Amino acid sequence: MALMISHAFLQNYWWMIISLLAGLLVFLMFVQGGQSFIFSLPRNGMQRKMIVNALGRKWEFTFTTLVTFGGAFFAAFPLFYATSFGGAYWVWMAILFSFIVQAVAYEYRSKPSNVFGTNVFDTFLFINGCLGPFLIGVAVATFFTGSDFTLDLFNRVTWGSGWHGLEALVNPVNLLLGFTVIFLARVLGLMYLSSTIDDGDLIAAINRALARNAIPFLIFFLAFTACLLLGKGFKADSATGEVTMVKYLYLHNLLSNVFTLILFPGGVVLVLVSLWLGIMRHSRKAIWFAGSGTIAVVMALFFIAGYGNTAFYPSSSDLQSSLTLAKASSSMFTLKTMMYVSFIIPFVAAYIWYAWRSMNRRMITTEEMAEEDHTY
Amino acid sequence: MIENIDLSLVNWSRAQFALTAIYHWLFVPLTLGLSFILAFMETIYVRTGDEIWKKITKFWMTLFGINFAIGVATGIILEFEFGTNWSNYSWFVGDIFGAPLAVEGILAFFLESTFVAVMFFGWNKVGKKFHLASTWLVAVGASLSALWILVANSWMENPVGMVFNPDTARNEMNSFRDVILNPVAIDKFTHTVTSGFVLASVFVVGISSWFLLRHREEILAKKSILIAGIFGLVSALLVAMTGDSSARTIAKVQPVKFASMEAHYDGSSGAGLTVIGALTDKGERIGEKTVYDMKLKIELPKLLSIMTTGEENGYVPGLKDLINGNPGKGIMSVSEMMERGRYARQVLIDYKMAKEIGDEASAAALGARFREQDFIDNYFRYFGYSYFDHPWQVIPSVPVTFYSFRIMVGLGFFFILLFILAISFHRQQTLERNRWFLWVALFSVPLAYLASELGWIVTEMGRQPWIIQNLMPVNIAVSNISTGAVQTTFSLFAVLFTALLIAEVSIMVRQIKNGPKH
Repeated sequence: MALMISHAFLQNYWWMIISLLAGLLVFLMFVQGGQSFIFSLPRNGMQRKMIVNALGRKWEFTFTTLVTFGGAFFAAFPLFYATSFGGAYWVWMAILFSFIVQAVAYEYRSKPSNVFGTNVFDTFLFINGCLGPFLIGVAVATFFTGSDFTLDLFNRVTWGSGWHGLEALVNPVNLLLGFTVIFLARVLGLMYLSSTIDDGDLIAAINRALARNAIPFLIFFLAFTACLLLGKGFKADSATGEVTMVKYLYLHNLLSNVFTLILFPGGVVLVLVSLWLGIMRHSRKAIWFAGSGTIAVVMALFFIAGYGNTAFYPSSSDLQSSLTLAKASSSMFTLKTMMYVSFIIPFVAAYIWYAWRSMNRRMITTEEMAEEDHTY
Repeated sequence: MIENIDLSLVNWSRAQFALTAIYHWLFVPLTLGLSFILAFMETIYVRTGDEIWKKITKFWMTLFGINFAIGVATGIILEFEFGTNWSNYSWFVGDIFGAPLAVEGILAFFLESTFVAVMFFGWNKVGKKFHLASTWLVAVGASLSALWILVANSWMENPVGMVFNPDTARNEMNSFRDVILNPVAIDKFTHTVTSGFVLASVFVVGISSWFLLRHREEILAKKSILIAGIFGLVSALLVAMTGDSSARTIAKVQPVKFASMEAHYDGSSGAGLTVIGALTDKGERIGEKTVYDMKLKIELPKLLSIMTTGEENGYVPGLKDLINGNPGKGIMSVSEMMERGRYARQVLIDYKMAKEIGDEASAAALGARFREQDFIDNYFRYFGYSYFDHPWQVIPSVPVTFYSFRIMVGLGFFFILLFILAISFHRQQTLERNRWFLWVALFSVPLAYLASELGWIVTEMGRQPWIIQNLMPVNIAVSNISTGAVQTTFSLFAVLFTALLIAEVSIMVRQIKNGPKH
């Protein structure tokens, strides 16, 4: 055990925790996906209210996971935090703005004297629903495609492009992941709504929309996966740390790690099963297959990006500035202390599961909306 | 390069952070305190089964929800701004500073967000006891969130539990215990959280007084005044006690901030505490900084010495001692600290250059210096001073800290009186007859917000120019982005937050006017 807890072990452990948080975050973006339907799916005010309330009882989980994801990155890999947030300024700011407006929109949308009117707050939800997942997808894609930055002797970052992160939007591979995540979020959102709302008309509309969104999701996902696995990756030499471009690196990483070999195909199968259940069988349980599949695939993608001496935050303009887990990580002492703190995560997961179950026992219906004191 | 960074970038980055923090702090203290008041009220409901307490709890819970949402919205920005606007800082201390933020997310935020949903939506879905437990967990979660961010903030004021690693060019944690038990953190947590309790209590007493003035919801108002009055009084006394201990700690670890808070220029034995006074230009300068004279001064003799040293004739150094040095009192001049800091920085640069060119022997010798106690205590300790050009640059704004501190303390004592009167009038059943008191209580609500914000202005403006005391000034910590980018985001934040604040206040006022649901 003493041998196992090396600095490298702790770096890998924390990358695993961050991968798990990333997986949970993408799954929980069913809230954003659902929000993106706020204007197109409901046929009347009550249907919109049911959608908003179904999502509004869960939005804080997504928000909290995003904040914890950021905090864990700061604590475990502060050089990434400093480099990416300080460099790709505009992408992160755009993501943040979309989450600020979301946080108030639920509580304020239907309150009297809310100054701006329900439609403005619903537009905030729509903006967050579309921009949030898309931009997070684009930002994560740069883990594979690289960014334009250099680090000096004291690890201070200089961003090459004056666009400070927005240049990522002109890279087609980044866009592919951005669109994959937004359509995945929309699919998850529909499945979640179908699992919590009991309204015949709305469920029929959800089922129709599910097929329409599953197809672009699958196309974008396949295209991104093909580009990723068949393209070049940023490999760091295990002895010298020198970074070079290596063809099929991510394919190699996928095949050489037993966890990714299980998680990636396993996750894909679960998502496909969920689509079959949702589209063909109109099952209300599809969300759980899609959710667990999403977590597995996202974790696998993060494993591919960071494990095996791969630069998880590569610099396309100065290869040697690229960040590997070893280069970007906190000290051994901090990672070890944080590891002890992380042991509480199963307990946190248990109480979330208990509270979630207690709150979701009753489906959302027009009657439930009428009885409930606190609605959005 | 970074050393010559455009000052307007630093100032705009500071302005953006200040804007976000000030807006965030408009909402957090009410969340901290009201969550406990809700927990008390619901506990009475569950224990007595009296439906009136359920109605009272639900009324205040509605206001809590409106406030909570915007607190969350403004909070996310603060965490990410460390990276977006202070990236050099994030790397320099991320090894220490990031850990409390991550713990905050794992331990506190999930607790809060999970159970706040049960608290709002669970009345008809879970049992009474589970609901009550959820309300308590929200209160505990809110205070736990405050604990971790305040631990992180306190570390910036008094960096402890770390060593500098020349290879990574950053500070690395070597004692999590020291970081958590940092005396500044203990004082700051107790002082800040209890001040939040005071603000929420003033809010509840003030709004309840409005109901009494309008002859509406009298039962709700009186019961709320009693709960908030008692909670507020206990909290306000704790605020005073922790404020005293906090000032004592500041005098030790941030003497320049302390001297600025007191506008204390000339060190003296048996120094008196200025209760109030007006600062006027003395016509004297320390470098480019104005020296202020005190007019209309009311002073409590010897109290400053007693408070800071424990002795009535103890010596309290003034700003002139702290800048120019006072060898007789063992105080080093800032110019000497700057020299020592420059030496430490040069050793670091030489070390990095030796590594770069592969001169292993020199690198080993220079690297070893960072492990020598003498070098750490007498040179590296002053690393941050190496970035200054003039000693006077370490002096913060004296008028801002002096006046903010006095208004905050004065209001703190006023709130103690307010709660005593609220409890007394409630006991005598004369609340309605003392309409003047009800008006005072109502107009005290904005004063509570003022006192709370001024507390942060004292602490954050008072520690300028440091982002990390003695180790890193703000101009070194800033991200390497264009001033225009920060000006744009500042404007966007200002517009968005102001719009949301207007909506929040409007909704809140309307909900209060509507009163509880019958």
